[in-house]
Amino acid sequence: MKVAVASGKGGTGKTTLAVSLALALAETEKVELLDCDVEEPNVHLFLHPRLVSRESVNKLLPVVDEERCTRCGACVRACEFHALGLLGGSVVVYPQLCHGCGRCGLVCPVEAIADVPQEIGKVEWGTARGLRLGRGILNVGEAAATPIIHALQRGMSSDATIVLDAPPGTGCPTIATLRGADATLLVTEPTPFGLHDLRAAVGVARALGVPVAVIVNRDGVSDRGVESYCRQESLPILLKIPFDREIAASYAAGVPLVDAFPKWKSALLEVFSALVEGLK
Amino acid sequence: MREILFLSGKGGTGKTSLAAAFAVLSSRKVLADCDVDAANLHLALRAAVREEEEFRGSKEAIRDEALCVGCGRCREVCRFSAIGETLEIDPFLCEGCGACVTACPAGALRLVSRVSGHWLLADTPHGPLSTAELVPGEETSGRLVALVKEKARNLAMQERVETLLMDGSPGIGCPVIASVSGAHAVVLVTEPSVSGLHDLDRALGVVRHFGVSAALVVNKADLNAEWTDRILRFASEHELPVLGTIPYDPEVPRRLIEGRSVVEEEVTPAGEAMKRVFGRCVELWGDVLHPAPMQPERDERRGR
Repeated sequence: MKVAVASGKGGTGKTTLAVSLALALAETEKVELLDCDVEEPNVHLFLHPRLVSRESVNKLLPVVDEERCTRCGACVRACEFHALGLLGGSVVVYPQLCHGCGRCGLVCPVEAIADVPQEIGKVEWGTARGLRLGRGILNVGEAAATPIIHALQRGMSSDATIVLDAPPGTGCPTIATLRGADATLLVTEPTPFGLHDLRAAVGVARALGVPVAVIVNRDGVSDRGVESYCRQESLPILLKIPFDREIAASYAAGVPLVDAFPKWKSALLEVFSALVEGLK
Repeated sequence: MREILFLSGKGGTGKTSLAAAFAVLSSRKVLADCDVDAANLHLALRAAVREEEEFRGSKEAIRDEALCVGCGRCREVCRFSAIGETLEIDPFLCEGCGACVTACPAGALRLVSRVSGHWLLADTPHGPLSTAELVPGEETSGRLVALVKEKARNLAMQERVETLLMDGSPGIGCPVIASVSGAHAVVLVTEPSVSGLHDLDRALGVVRHFGVSAALVVNKADLNAEWTDRILRFASEHELPVLGTIPYDPEVPRRLIEGRSVVEEEVTPAGEAMKRVFGRCVELWGDVLHPAPMQPERDERRGR
């Protein structure tokens, strides 16, 4: 079973719930927690893992051999990402825009383009409190998060229960994360922003065919829009967590919810059983 | 043109609420929502859509089965594992790079563009808003951000406006990089927590990587005084100017639901703090923000 904790909107409590769910499950089964928010990975701040391994994730960047290059411009025209240009009589590569697809090398008639690996991020594996933890880290200044998420997911064990902490948003990194999941828990807050982004996230999960259940966090602050939307769309709300300064304070200090308030452990285990039940 | 961008690294720190307050407080500007994955600024400003345009940002490879000779050359060259064992193309993994098109000896592959989102021009009581929405499951947020910005700049030129206020997205990847490039200044909005500081550090890294100046706001500062202190220390160590702190204020979501601003009429505690932050911003980055005079016709505008 692979469950992604996602949200659409940022800051709804994905990480604290993913960490808490993984800790609760780890008491009885083999669990791996993957931090797929590679732009801003935060799981380690709550669990302080012991590092076991680290690998680089690279992209293959084209390098042009000035001697061979005839400045024909075939590579510049072929690049779908405008990552190459003819500037002052030579071909320049814009690494930020390059996806590392290699098409420029394929079209070059004089084989003047070679590939050089460039690190765009890392994948780390570690352990903490009976959990195997994986996290991807995008290097600052790099744009492409998905290759790192894919590299991270390749390291998942096939015999473990997997909890994926997803990035916010509904773009490529979220899609890459959800595609690795059997089901997703969408964490939202009952505000117009929360509702709007929940709709977007539900849209993505449905486009990918991943079943959805909802957790409402910071309940009580405001309106009932999220509830009526979930009723309309037949989305189960499996848990509501009230807004509480004490919960906010423990999160702020990096203490997982289930450590600060053990009563939420059984609630999260019930959420997980309901999710498994729902898939049958 | 002066472009002010709101970023945070971590999501949910209050970027959009602060951007909406700035929209009310500054008089002549164009607004842009660069968080195209989860655009929310229109909700805070009661926007009405005036214009809509299809956005064809992403391409994908399709195969003409009649021409395919089954050689598998496409699969060999694809660096995104988008072509499977039976040579089926996975549209979610396909980056639309066209390497397979180049490699195919039979001319069986081509790239087609698809509608991956919509660009929207909306009117708000506080100026025009360039925003967008992605089609669920589509992936080209960076390019859509670039379009939102380009349209906003054109709009500003038409209306002879000097200031562009842009709400950004969380994270530090492709949409953030697309929004940072060309920005004049970035307002970094964080919250007092271990994640808030960690993510701020990386967001500041990206902003400085692109040589853009930044200043800091700590939102919900009273929720954790210790972490607010740590963040302020971080700011001074990194020579990051502090625009101010904003208290946690349950009126912020309540006003959002009612469609009222926290900086207008009965100004709330967070609203007062946001006005001070705006004032500091004007001091720091000059009068580009055109602070709005206290106009009596504001009620009239609300009625429109």
